[in-house]
Amino acid sequence: MTAADFKYETSRGFLPGHRACAGCGQAAAVRIVMEVAGPNVVAANATGCLEVFSTPYPESAWGVPWVHSLFENAPAVASGLEAALKRQGKLDDVRVLAFGGDGATLDIGFGALSGMFERNHDVAYFCMDNEAYMNTGVQRSGSTPFGASTTTSPPGRRSFGEDRPKKDLPAIAAAHGIPYVATASISIFADLRRKVKKALETRGAKYLQVHVPCPPGWGYDEKLSIEIGKLAVDCGLYPLVEWENGEVVRVRKIKPIPVEDYLKPQRRFRHLFRGEDGKAQIAKIQELADANIKKYGLVE
Amino acid sequence: MRKMIEGSRAVAEAVGLCRPGVISAYPITPQTHIVEELSQMVADGDVEAEYVRVESEHSAASVCLGAVAAGSRAYSATTSQGLMLMAEVLFNIAGMRLPMVITGVNRALSAPLSIWNDHQDTLAVRDSGWLQLYAEDNQEVLDMHIQAYKISEDDRVLLPVMVCMDGFILTHTYETVDVPSQEQVDAFLPPYDPLYKLDPDDPYTLGAFAGPEIYEEVRYEIQRDAIAAKEVVKEVARDFQSAFGRWMGDVVDPYRCDDAHTIYVAMGSVIGTLKDWADMRREQGEKIGVLKLRCFRPFPIEEIRSALSHAERVVVLEKAVSVGGCGILPAEIRAALYRQPHTPPVHAAITGLGGRDITLQTLDEIETRAQAGETDFFAGLRRELLEAT
Repeated sequence: MTAADFKYETSRGFLPGHRACAGCGQAAAVRIVMEVAGPNVVAANATGCLEVFSTPYPESAWGVPWVHSLFENAPAVASGLEAALKRQGKLDDVRVLAFGGDGATLDIGFGALSGMFERNHDVAYFCMDNEAYMNTGVQRSGSTPFGASTTTSPPGRRSFGEDRPKKDLPAIAAAHGIPYVATASISIFADLRRKVKKALETRGAKYLQVHVPCPPGWGYDEKLSIEIGKLAVDCGLYPLVEWENGEVVRVRKIKPIPVEDYLKPQRRFRHLFRGEDGKAQIAKIQELADANIKKYGLVE
Repeated sequence: MRKMIEGSRAVAEAVGLCRPGVISAYPITPQTHIVEELSQMVADGDVEAEYVRVESEHSAASVCLGAVAAGSRAYSATTSQGLMLMAEVLFNIAGMRLPMVITGVNRALSAPLSIWNDHQDTLAVRDSGWLQLYAEDNQEVLDMHIQAYKISEDDRVLLPVMVCMDGFILTHTYETVDVPSQEQVDAFLPPYDPLYKLDPDDPYTLGAFAGPEIYEEVRYEIQRDAIAAKEVVKEVARDFQSAFGRWMGDVVDPYRCDDAHTIYVAMGSVIGTLKDWADMRREQGEKIGVLKLRCFRPFPIEEIRSALSHAERVVVLEKAVSVGGCGILPAEIRAALYRQPHTPPVHAAITGLGGRDITLQTLDEIETRAQAGETDFFAGLRRELLEAT
């Protein structure tokens, strides 16, 4: 297939021509979200890669009404959109979406997000999780995984990179008792589509956290994005789970592969493959994957 | 209808009459009774609005931003620390040209922690792009909210408006106010009908990022329209007078300035004290006038020049300080008089910080020190405390 054959009519909400990097997992995930969501939506977007590459004035990749305000307030802006549409009697037809990266969602916008959940606004919030502040130069976020090298969690003589595991925001979101929470991956399209559809059919606050590989941030060949994302799911480091009203209702089963298979192709974990000390760190990462497998029963 | 009510209640009634679609506020850092009164009005169905009980002041402003973007009239109230937390969003709302109204209840900033009145908080966000109006009493503060929506939503303006009122001195004081009827307000303030809103039938991108090739032009337009908004503020004050029969000035309100030798310039509730004091000094033969600055942003430079053009001396009272610089308002008054045919000396008195009462004695002290030639000074200081440390 050539570029000229590409049919984008299915996603009038998020159009090609934006400035995402080649192989951007986030751009692909947003396209899928918008294909499923259709035209009758209003979207709020946090500051971040998605906002910057989709709306450099006077261009916009958005075919739906879309607003960007600040880094940390997309959940509150979306709450305001929802409140206004409710007052105007339009909420039966129009769905409110919000997009944020992992930094916007897990770190700086965490309070606003919790507020939106607790008030149970009818908003579907999509966290595009590429596990660091990519837009500003790959700084560590609360979502950066254990052992990863970023520009602010670099390995050194006294460091193996990020020293804490990812913040478990899906579980925190579920603890709010909101109607629907799910993790998804750009690499498993049908599953992602189903979860987006489920989120949009559910009334009340929804949280969908989508694992979206980032070629420049993670350091791999851009054509491998989908493959890398799949390895994260298959090794157990990114469990695909659904919660309804605070309870786990479904998990995607895996046939586990060693975490090395996922770590090795990525520059951000390269330092772990030097010497015995690195092996010990990889063993710790394997323990994190094993803990996920056990916690969610990921293996048949 | 004339009612004896608290200042906060007067604001809440005015806001309710403006029919906001979305109200959002955070109760602390600190708050006033305004949002409690509005909560009750919504709970009773007297005000048909969505009341969004947010987890922070930052989110209160952000909820309002989203609501206005979606085409609803929005309102919030805040003060002091809460206003500081909102500051980032305030700049953003103005930059996005989203009209709305916030009551900025004037209170001191921490540290030291203080819940009492001064003007440091709203003056700290003077560069945000919000128009700022300062009220002298509770009737004015009530009327000003109705005017504020009309100004903000005017197609020539499309900038948010902050109605500033002195914490405690106005918010917690009972005064008789004339509350207009819903019919009167409806006739004066039509439903919010924005030029642009987020609507799936006519999609817009709002809040795109701007490179160096366009950012400066966007900021230029905000500045141009904010300055031009002065005429709208004046027009709305005149229209309000026609509709409601009340006039408390437009951008400024001179009191006994025509023949004044010395003119005191100030904002907010201290104007009432100043007028009484000026009357008393005039009985002693001193020609003192008072210039109330009602609109601080846009800064009414021509009206200030005109009002001060015959004064021999100007004294500016300010309840704030640009630490390490001088008073904020005095600096702007001095700049307004720069290279005018007649430039009276401008004395700057910083006073009334953190709830310190500005009494007639304070004003006497200021006058004495200004007469002695002091130009920049704190008045009403408890010198015994300073010497003790």
